[in-house]
Formats: sequence, structure tokens, C-alpha cells
Amino acid sequence: MAVLKVKFTKTKRDKLAQVLWILNWISVVTGAVLFILGLFLKVEINKRVELMAERDIQYVPNMLIAVGLIACAINFLGGKICYDCVDTTKFLRWKLIMLPYIVCTFFFTFCVLVGALMCYSMRGELEESLTLGLTQAMRFYKDTDIPGRCFLKRTVDLLQIQFQCCGNSGYKDWFQIQWISNRYLDMSQQQVVDRLRSNVEGKYLMDGVPFSCCNINSPRPCIQQQVTNNSAHFHYEHQTEELNLWMKGCRQALLEYYTNIMQSIGLTVLITWLFELSVLTGVRYLQTSLENVLRQGDPDSESDGWLLENSFMETARINLNIIKSLGKNNHIHTAKNGDPNIDIPSTSKAHYGPDNVPPKTIKEAS
Amino acid sequence: MVVMKMKFPFQKRVKLAQGLWLLSWCATVAGATTFTLGCLLKTELLRRAEVMDNADIHIVPNTLMIVGLASLGINYFASKICQDALDAGRFPRWKNFLKPYFAVSCFFTVLMLLSVIMSYAMKGSLESSLKAGLRNGIRFYKDTDTPGRCFQKQNIDRLQMDFECCGNNDFRDWFEVQWISNRYLDFSSKEVKDRVKSNVDGRYLVDGVPFSCCNPRSPRPCMQYQLTNNSAHYNYDYLTEELNIYLRGCREALVHYYMGLMNTIGAGVLSIFILQGSVLVSLRFLQTAMEAVAGKENTEIETEGYLLEKGVKDTIMEYLDPVLKFFLLKNGGKVEEGDAAEKPPAVP
Repeated sequence: MAVLKVKFTKTKRDKLAQVLWILNWISVVTGAVLFILGLFLKVEINKRVELMAERDIQYVPNMLIAVGLIACAINFLGGKICYDCVDTTKFLRWKLIMLPYIVCTFFFTFCVLVGALMCYSMRGELEESLTLGLTQAMRFYKDTDIPGRCFLKRTVDLLQIQFQCCGNSGYKDWFQIQWISNRYLDMSQQQVVDRLRSNVEGKYLMDGVPFSCCNINSPRPCIQQQVTNNSAHFHYEHQTEELNLWMKGCRQALLEYYTNIMQSIGLTVLITWLFELSVLTGVRYLQTSLENVLRQGDPDSESDGWLLENSFMETARINLNIIKSLGKNNHIHTAKNGDPNIDIPSTSKAHYGPDNVPPKTIKEAS
Repeated sequence: MVVMKMKFPFQKRVKLAQGLWLLSWCATVAGATTFTLGCLLKTELLRRAEVMDNADIHIVPNTLMIVGLASLGINYFASKICQDALDAGRFPRWKNFLKPYFAVSCFFTVLMLLSVIMSYAMKGSLESSLKAGLRNGIRFYKDTDTPGRCFQKQNIDRLQMDFECCGNNDFRDWFEVQWISNRYLDFSSKEVKDRVKSNVDGRYLVDGVPFSCCNPRSPRPCMQYQLTNNSAHYNYDYLTEELNIYLRGCREALVHYYMGLMNTIGAGVLSIFILQGSVLVSLRFLQTAMEAVAGKENTEIETEGYLLEKGVKDTIMEYLDPVLKFFLLKNGGKVEEGDAAEKPPAVP
């Protein structure tokens, strides 16, 4: 009892082959698109790799790149096969390859689906990576003289300017770290010495933020120093002031940015997966209908195409038996002492030449 | 005195027509490219229109767009003409069309060259427009409550951060302008009152710059205020400090950016001009070669093609005569009346 049987006339088969040829080439293009999207994501992540702590997020773009390349290759081969399927004689070339090809493509579509799901699942790891990475970057903001960290100030400043954000979760994060290097603090001044002494760890903490936190939409010149001191500035109340500094935290800003990218990529990959699945179904129908045509002998006749020859359970059982017997071939057949050539009665009638006389047994030479 | 006479056997004519057909389609694409380049330049100029005083520079992208559209039409007709050129029966119908066609095409091709020359020649105009625009922008920086000027602060801040520049000529322009609005100055403070009194116009001037002048590449936190006062900051010498704020002026930065853009576009348009010119020259040769074939029995004879039938000066006069006659016709009537009036007194 075949699964989803469809009758195919010759013209219908030819049309199916042609349509599949075009669809396979479109799939090659979508495979290339996936590859480019994977590259794009990789570049975007590497641009801000200094702000991310060590986490496994590189596997998502790598998977997309691999899936894209394999999709191009598989669909290119599929295009060639479908192009030849219009002619029954050329189909014979591909006959043996088609079933393994279909099985491989079926497993490959699972990979595509996994790739799409990974895009959505990356968010949690990314958030963790960003939190840790940003904390580190802000802590080393002042270390512009230490090799390996000397560009963190510029990176953080440019990040805050470009993404219009300040600090990790908000601007108050800057109050808890010393972001002014000791090289630029005048230790001879009493005010500086007092502030250093008042801190347990000897850090110079202040309620000020770097200039990159300044909001360009503010109607007044930026207030960076003494942000929480209302009396230090004319007509200023820090609790209600929203336009002076960027209110959003950089972790949230970066997360939103990357989530948007990955949602679009995930959607594209899902659409590609559906497309691949439909192409695969078409190829399966084409394969089964052509094989049935060859079985019937007449290349112009009508034939049946199906997804599975027997029902789903039957097919699963048959395949399991094949796998089991593959394992059994290695066992010794104890009934015949391990030698498969002993005592096998001939079931067919032997033919002994034109007069059909069995040969005389020749006496063995002693 | 024919200009550039060339012999054209039948095979050469065929090859010329085929080559010209291909060339005219390339030139059509090139025309579309010119139009796109014009749109691009116009968009870029419009993006920073708030810091430009006048829109004189827009003549360059406008010309490019007009020329791009015109060359689409010119090359479309060129391809149609050369398709018909090989058919001696169909070619004569283009006869009356070709003279005005060449006049218009030459005009637009010369206009293409002119636009490239203009893009270099208008550098001075662009610079003066930016100078005035930036001066106004800096002057109205503090007027975030005045309608019509409330976005100047945002524009100038964004401009200084995007182009990594400060002020008009350099950062000292901010010292001469009150960029902190009176709404945010505490007039009960003695310091503010002294500073305002010490200025002739009653303005609050500081030796400080807005935060958008700060250079993120500086190793130390940005110093915006008391820039010329070495003792106000630890270990600071304003004469040698180069990384604290942007030292380049915004006018120089913008002129550099736009000239770079126009140079690139100019190089592209020059090559398109050469392509278009070669299309017109080939079409002219094809036309003259085919005209010699017209009316003959054997269409496969060798003919001569030329660029201009008469000399350059004569051809220009030939084209300009109708135009001049159109203007002189009004004067021509008056000249005749004057003659008639003069004649009677001359007779006796």
C-alpha cells in the first residue's frame, strides 16, 4: 500500500523533470544566499569580538556557511539529475545514485532545520557572553597603556556612540569602576587623595561618565561630571532628566541588534528548508515514476509515483531487517559447519549439452 | 573639404553596424549608470544640506541626471538606426531624423563633459557655501528652543562625530561663539556674571568645545573645557596635545569628502563620455556610408564615409544659421524697413 501514490503520464513526468530542474537551480541560489548570510553573521560577530567573552557562538555562522555550501553542491547535482531525467535512456546513468542521493538530501534537510533553530537558540549564550565581555571592557577602559588592552577605550567609546547606549545595563555602571587612569590624576591635590582614601580598594570612583555617553538629542550641553548632583548644575534634576545621557544599556542594545539579524537569518533558513523539502518530494516522485516506467518496459506509458512503496511502518520494518541482516552476515552458520558451499541441492534442471546426456563419472587416477 | 574620409566595403559596413549595435547597448547601460551616479551625488549633498548656505553645487548632480536620461534615449535610437542600416530599404526613413538627432546628441555629449569640468570648477563655490553654512550652524548651536533652528545642535554634533572634525576652520571657532544657551547659565553665580560683563556684546564665551569634538582615540578621558589653560588639567600641554579633540576643521573635512566623491564620479563619467562619443562617431560614419548606397542598384558596393562634409567651421555655421535666422528674423524685418526709409533720402 504505497504512500501518496500519484499517476504520471509521460508529459507530466517530463514537465515535472523540467520544473524540478529550474527549482534545483533556484535552490542553488538560495544555498549561496545562506552562505553569504553565514559570512555576514561571522563578520558582524568578529567586529565586536573584543566585547564578547569566550563562548561558543561561532558555531552558528560556521554551521550556516557549511549548510550553504552543501546546499549549493547538492542542488547542483540535483539539477543535473533532473535535466537528464527527461530522457529515459539518460536516467539509467543516474539510476543507482538517485536513491542514496534522496536519502542524503533528506538527512541534509534536517541539518538545515537544525541550523534555523540554532539561530533562535543562540540568544541566551550571546547575552551571557555580552554581559561578561562588556564588564571586562569597561574595567579595562582606562588601561590605554597596557598592550592588548590599549584599544578597548576606543572600542567602548565608538560602541556607545554608534549604538547610542551607555554602560552595561545603564549609565550607573560607570560609577562603580575607575575609568580615569591614575596617570591623569593629580595626586598632589587634596580632593583626589581624599576620594582615593575614602574608597576601600583605593579606586578613584566618581559619579561621572565618559563623553561617549552624551546624548546628541539633548537641548543643553552635555553634563558628564557630577551627574547625580543636582546643585552642581543650573536647572538640573537627574531623576527626571532623560535626554542628557543615553539611557539604554549597551548589553541590551547589542542584544537587540544581533537578535534582529538572527531572526531575519532564521526566517530565511526556514523558508529555504521548506523549499528544499518540496524539491526533495518532487525528486522522489520523479525517481519512483521513472523506475516504474523502466520496470514496465514501455518508456512512453503511464506510471505510478509514490513517496514510499509500502506503508510507513512496513518500510521501517523492512529497513530495520536489512540493518539486522547486515549485522547477521558476520555470524558463522553453524548448521553447515561454516562452509556455505556444502550440500546445497540444485533446484534447477541441469542441461548437459544438445543430447542432454549426463557425463560419465571419470574414475579418479590413483 | 571633407573631414576624416574612410573607405567602407560592404563587409566593413556590416561589421560596423553590428559593433555599433553592441556598443549602443553598452552605452545605454552607461547612461543609466550616469543617472544613478547623479542621484547618488544629489542624495549625499542633500544629507548635509543644513550646513550648506546655497544650493549652487546641485547643478552638478542635476546635469548628470539629465544627461543620463538623455543618453538613454540617444542610445536607444542609435541601436534602432544601426539595426535598420543594413537593410537598404529601411534606412532612408531615418534620413530626415538624423540631422537634428546628431545636433541634440552632440549637445548632450558636450554637456556630459561640461558636468565633469563643473564638478572641479565648483570647488570654490562649495567651499564658500560650507563656510557660511557652518558659521551659521555654530552660531545657532545653542538655539534649541527657537523653531527652525532647534535641530542645529543635533546636526552639528552628528556632523562633528561622523566626519571627525571640530568647528569651521578648527576648534578655536567655538571660542568665539556662545554655544551654551542662557537658559542653562546660572546668572546668580558670580563667575557667570563676571564672564558676561567682561565681553563687549554680553556673551558668555568659554575656551571650551562641545563633547562631539572629543576624539575617542585619545588615551585619556576627554578634556572639553579650559582647553587653553594648562594648569586646569594634570599633565596637559594644549600646544602639543593632538589626540584630545579633533584638530581638523569641518569645512576642510566636508570639502575633502565631496571632492573625493566628485572625483570618483567624474572619472566614471569621463569614460562614459568617451564611450558615448565613439557611439556617435561610428553612427555618423555608418550614416554617411549608407547614404552613398541609397538609390544604387547594387547595395554591396564600396562607399566612402566621412565625419563632416564641409570643414568644421562651415558645419558649425550650417547648424547655427537656422538658429541665428530665427533671432535675426525679428531684426531682419526692422533692417528692411530701415533700408526702405533710407532709400528715398538717398535718391535725390
